[in-house]
Amino acid sequence: MPFWFGLEKVFINCITQSSFNLFCVMKETQIEVSGVVKHFKDVRAVNGIDLTIYKGEFVALLGPNGAGKTTLVEMIEGIQKPDSGEIKLKGMTWAEHARQLHQIIGLSLQETRFIEKLRVRETLELFASFYGLGSERVEEVLELVNLTEKQKAFTDKLSGGQRQRMALGISLLNEPEILLLDEPTTGLDPNARRELWDILLNLRKRKGTTLILTTHYMEEAAYLCDRIVIMDQGSILAEGTLKQLLSKHVKGEVIDFSIDRPLEKEALPGQQAILNYTFDKDTLSGELLVTDIVKFLPDFLLYVQKEKIRIDSLECRKLTLDDLFTSMTGRHINQ
Amino acid sequence: MKHPIILLILTNFREFLRQPGAVFWAVFFPVLMAGGLGMAFTQKGELNQKIAFVGNEQTEEKSWTKKVGNETTGFTNYEFLNVGFDEGVVLLKRGTVDLIVKKEGEKYMYHFDPLNPEAQLAYINLTAVLNGNETLSNGEDVVPLKEIGSRYIDFLVPGLMAMGVMMSCMWGISYGLIEKRSKMLLRRMVATPMKKTHFMAALLAARTVMSAIEASILVVFSWLFFDIHIEGSFSALVVLYLSGTLAFAGIAILTASRTDNTYVGNGILNAVVMPMTILSGVFFSYHGFPDWAVSIIRLFPLTIFADTARAIFIEGAGWSQVVLPVGVLAGLGLVCISVGMKVFKWY
Repeated sequence: MPFWFGLEKVFINCITQSSFNLFCVMKETQIEVSGVVKHFKDVRAVNGIDLTIYKGEFVALLGPNGAGKTTLVEMIEGIQKPDSGEIKLKGMTWAEHARQLHQIIGLSLQETRFIEKLRVRETLELFASFYGLGSERVEEVLELVNLTEKQKAFTDKLSGGQRQRMALGISLLNEPEILLLDEPTTGLDPNARRELWDILLNLRKRKGTTLILTTHYMEEAAYLCDRIVIMDQGSILAEGTLKQLLSKHVKGEVIDFSIDRPLEKEALPGQQAILNYTFDKDTLSGELLVTDIVKFLPDFLLYVQKEKIRIDSLECRKLTLDDLFTSMTGRHINQ
Repeated sequence: MKHPIILLILTNFREFLRQPGAVFWAVFFPVLMAGGLGMAFTQKGELNQKIAFVGNEQTEEKSWTKKVGNETTGFTNYEFLNVGFDEGVVLLKRGTVDLIVKKEGEKYMYHFDPLNPEAQLAYINLTAVLNGNETLSNGEDVVPLKEIGSRYIDFLVPGLMAMGVMMSCMWGISYGLIEKRSKMLLRRMVATPMKKTHFMAALLAARTVMSAIEASILVVFSWLFFDIHIEGSFSALVVLYLSGTLAFAGIAILTASRTDNTYVGNGILNAVVMPMTILSGVFFSYHGFPDWAVSIIRLFPLTIFADTARAIFIEGAGWSQVVLPVGVLAGLGLVCISVGMKVFKWY
């Protein structure tokens, strides 16, 4: 038996162990939510949620109004207390380490109206003083959120986008390790939304901040976040990267069309390729979910031609998060 | 870097001073009220009062005037309106007249509400004029009081000052807190390392300074225009003012400790402020109320504050007389603040 017999096993073990350690270092847990439940009177707003968020991750909590996103985020922020379960931020709890936690988190609430007759700069200086920070940091933040020119404006004279940027600026004053933003772009026009997204992406590049963001905009979750957590009625329906979610939970591709007469499913060709079919007789429009468009579409077009059905519109597309949400809940996310 | 308390105090000032409407109502309204009421009661001219006259003779004359009184007590011009009885009743209901005189043969009958003091006085005067009763004085035995401290304005200003402090604290603190809560601003502020005691201390400090300025403007105005004097100890007045401010700031914090609805807040504030404004003897003495009511009214913080301020202003009261009320007001303030802070809803 050669003398090195067995060493390769030790070697492999070492490599596995060190990569595991490396993995652990890279995926340092920042937020740990375990078995959290929250009731409001008879409504179970959060229904036993478990969620782990790692350092530097951008996570979107996606769901319709009333899904429990805000309640969950406010519990993580220490604003609300869970009825049961536990929340830890960097291993600390709100009950024991409120002071330290206030120092390391930044947040913007779903709706905060600031003091109307206070100027933008004065508002930021006030909040900066709570963290023991001075004018220099205020200058930096004003620049970061593109409000230097508006620093002398009263807060009630700001546009929706400027107001949201100011709220974001306040949440960034203490250079938070953990940033929690509750619907930061709701009600903003596409340009204002894009500006805010750029600030956040910049932040990820430069600071490695951990972010939880709630939204009901699919594209926001898809554009900004590494991981998407889909919530509905206080529970997590699914989580993962956009790619994982789509490949794991929905299969197929979609053909949307409108024609000049009703069309029954039974009449369609290539039945084995059809995963789902809906037709609205009022608008004479249908949606086909098929395993493979390339194979299905020629047969479909031939059939339509043969039956002399007039096609008013036809659109083929990949599945989106919206389709995923609809397939899971039977509703559209913005309903 | 500035200390958070300094910035919080500055914020309170900016918030108030940048709203001209708020400044007007807080500072100039009490001054206008003192001015208006002071003028009305210090420069008494001839009074005019309308009387409905129902005669038994046909006369063309629609109205005629009779002047009653003397140089010392002043004159009242009674304008008799020649009307039918029913019309007289309508005028009485409208408040145009307080009294109806009906001539029945050679006799005069007087119809009026005996609880209405104006009507009562008119009755006494008119019986003298119309029936020749000897009830009317010629004023020889009247010694008019015109010395400082015994005029209505002397009674009014200390009460207005106390009421100003109450209003300033109740609306300034309570309404501000409820509004900040409904805007989610309180929630946002306590999600930072801000100390809650800093927030409250700044609120108290800013309000103390602001209502001191408001009270000073009122007192200086009254001194310039009505020659009001502070007969008693000025330092006792300052301490009384501070304890009054503490009492009302405490009540304000307690009042605003829970609700986040400005309509509900409005109702609660009015429920606290209105009874004291009406009953605590700011505009007229509460001693006209029944004894049982007076014993309750004297427990109101505004009554304690106004009565003690009046004692300092016009009776020359000093430290010994103000220790008890100051203690009661300060104690009430501290109890209210500590209970208010305990039950305070930040989120």
